[in-house]
Formats: sequence, structure tokens, C-alpha cells
Amino acid sequence: MMKLYDFVGSSSSFRVRIGLHWKDIGFESIPVDLIAGEQFAPEYRRVNPTSLVPSLIDGAVVVGESLAILEYLEAVRPPPSLLPPDAAGRARVRSLALAMASGIQPLHTERTELRLAEVLGAFDERVLAWCRHWIGVGMDALERRLCDEAETGDFCHGATPTVADAVLVPQVYAAARRFGLDVRKGRPRIAVIFGRCMELSAFRRAAPPGPSPEEWGRT
Amino acid sequence: MKLYHFAGSASAFRVRIALNFKNISYEGISIDITKGEQFAPEYLKVNPVGVVPSLSHEGRVLTESLAIIEYLDEIRPNPPLLPTDPADRARVRAIALSMACGIQPLHPGRIVNYLTKEIGAPGDKAQAWCTHWIDLGMRAVETLISADGKAGKFCHGDEVSLADTVLVPQIYVGVNRFKMDFSKSCPTAWRIYQNCMALPAFERAAPHVVAKAA
Repeated sequence: MMKLYDFVGSSSSFRVRIGLHWKDIGFESIPVDLIAGEQFAPEYRRVNPTSLVPSLIDGAVVVGESLAILEYLEAVRPPPSLLPPDAAGRARVRSLALAMASGIQPLHTERTELRLAEVLGAFDERVLAWCRHWIGVGMDALERRLCDEAETGDFCHGATPTVADAVLVPQVYAAARRFGLDVRKGRPRIAVIFGRCMELSAFRRAAPPGPSPEEWGRT
Repeated sequence: MKLYHFAGSASAFRVRIALNFKNISYEGISIDITKGEQFAPEYLKVNPVGVVPSLSHEGRVLTESLAIIEYLDEIRPNPPLLPTDPADRARVRAIALSMACGIQPLHPGRIVNYLTKEIGAPGDKAQAWCTHWIDLGMRAVETLISADGKAGKFCHGDEVSLADTVLVPQIYVGVNRFKMDFSKSCPTAWRIYQNCMALPAFERAAPHVVAKAA
């Protein structure tokens, strides 16, 4: 059985859990508490010397980086697929995923927030403003693409979920849970696609506990 | 193919390496992001969200450097930029992503400008902000490529891969823009960088060479 070293609150772990559930791959989850710094403990470093979470263990194979893990699952496990069959379609899905995974998420990780606070001399509202700013800019560009590009369907690309949706949903969650920003507001295409994803058990089972998307903004 | 790119951009550098390595001829169109040309109406007609680089091929416009390189590898498989075995492919992609998602997003000009001009970080902290992320990230890359004994002449054995197309621009930016030294902190990565830059595909893609040719 595959093992996933993951953290329940991490967006990148959430992406991989979506992929595993969507492909109906049974896996053992081994929690690594990033808040407690468990990624730096010797036991985890023996698994992944870079201390990055998540890591997927498949027999003798250790894979890090969520997007590389999703591509790996796509190669070693049969359908349902998370990538379209054509090269141009795959390029589009990968570019949507990367627009968030490299264009948004790295700017609001916890280590980025902590470093920013250090540079500013205080962990204050400017840190929150920074995170909200980059999420807003990135999600506006994404909304624009999803509206403009003909390949957008019920999901980010066509009629079934892809790697792009496996990155979109954790991004929407992170904005709401960590920064009190409901990015569905004013971005109707993202809102609809997010809603369709959350109707699927693979996405719901992968989601962190806490307030459901219906409850965001009510408290 | 048409590549809309900027000589000094690390992500454009990645795509130029891949195009050169695969011997794909292309028309380069310069978009000067330091002058905001990515938001000019002519370019927004090509790419409505104004991101650079973008590759135009068969009526489609592709964005995000790693997605572009994967596409090139699929339509022109030889010489390959990804190994054939799934575990090896995952290793190469993880190295590439650790820089493309873990380092580079934190130090573009627009990020640094926002940090100092909008958020109010002291201007003298901007350089340290960038070098912090590059140093931290490259030490992780050094571990990633050296700990499993799989690095050779290049990041993955003795063949050039996607990982090298990302590693070289990252080190190049560190050395040339931020005056960093990787020879002690990241000896394996530094050695691979030099091996790559000795190849014409990499050298001809470098910002100083591209800027000079323009």
C-alpha cells in the first residue's frame, strides 16, 4: 500500500489526497505536523532529506512535490485520469495548475509569512494584506482564463476533474481558512467549478476538517 | 513557433534552453517586462493575462515555463528532457518544481517592488529577502540532487533534463543579479551549472547572450 506523509492543513498535501481519492488508491496517511516542526525530525529526514511535505512512498520509490506526485500517480495507476489525452490539453491543465502552484501558493505559505514578519519587524496586518493581495491578483487572472478559454467546461478543463482542479480547490480553501478571503465572491466561474468539485466525494474526503464551504463567512 | 519572452527572465531562460536543446527553431519576440510591455494592448491580444513567457504554436498560446517544456518534450520527444521511468520522471520533476515553486516565485521584480513600495519593508531589506529564499531553496536542491547519489554530470545522471533547464537559470540569477556564491554551499549544483553552461544550448539561451543578440 502507498504511504503518504502529509499534513492535514497543507494545501499541497490536500492536492495529493484529491488525486489519490479520485483514482481510488488506498493509502496509509502518516501525519507530519508542520506547526510542531516534525518535518525537521530525524525520522522524517530519513524519509525525505529535504524535509518537504508531502512525500509519497510507493515501495522503494519516494516522491516529493505535489505536482510531481500527481504526475507519478497518473503514470503508474490506471484511469480515471487527471490529465487530458492530448498534448495541448495537458499543457493547458499544467499551466493552470502552475499558475496557482508557482504564482500564488508560494507567496502565502507559513514560512513566507514568518519571513515577511521578520523583515517588517512585526507580524501585523501587513502580512495578511500581502497574502490577500497575491491571492486576489492570481485568482483574478485565473478567473479571466477560465472565462476566456473555450476548453473550460464543467471543470477547469472539460467535463471531468484534472490536476488543475486538484490545485484550485485547496487554493480556494487556503484563502478562506487562513486569510478569511472567500475567492468565490466576484469570480463566478471559479465559484461554479469549485462547487462541482465539492459535489465529488474524492474532493470532500480530501478536505481538511473545520467549517464547510457553505459556512465560510458566516462567523 | 513564436516565443514571447524577455532576455533577463529566468522562466524565459528555461524555455529557451529547451528549444535550443531540442533544436527547434523559433521566432523570438521581446517583451520588456521592466517597461511593462506585457500589459501593452498588442501583447494582451496574444495573452490576455499578460504573463511572459508564452509560446505560440498551431494557433494556441501556451504559458507557464514548465508546462511549455513538457509540451515541447511531448511533441518533439528527441532529444528527451524527461527520463522514461515514472520514478525517474518524478525525481526530475520534483527537482524542477522545488525551484519553480519554492524559490523563483519569491524574488521577481514585481514581488520586491510590492514588498518595499506597498507593504513598506525597508528598501535595504529587498536584497536580503531575495538572497534568503535563493540560499534556503538551493541548499534544499543540493540535498535533493546529491542525497540519493543519482546526480551525475547533470541533475539526473549524465543526461540533460528538465531539472537542469530550471537549475541553470536559478543559479544564473543568483550569481548575476544577486552576486551570490554557490561553490561552497551547493557544490553539486554549482558543478552541474558549469557543466550545463559549457553546452551551446544553455549558453546561447543565457540573458547576456540573448540581450546582446537583440
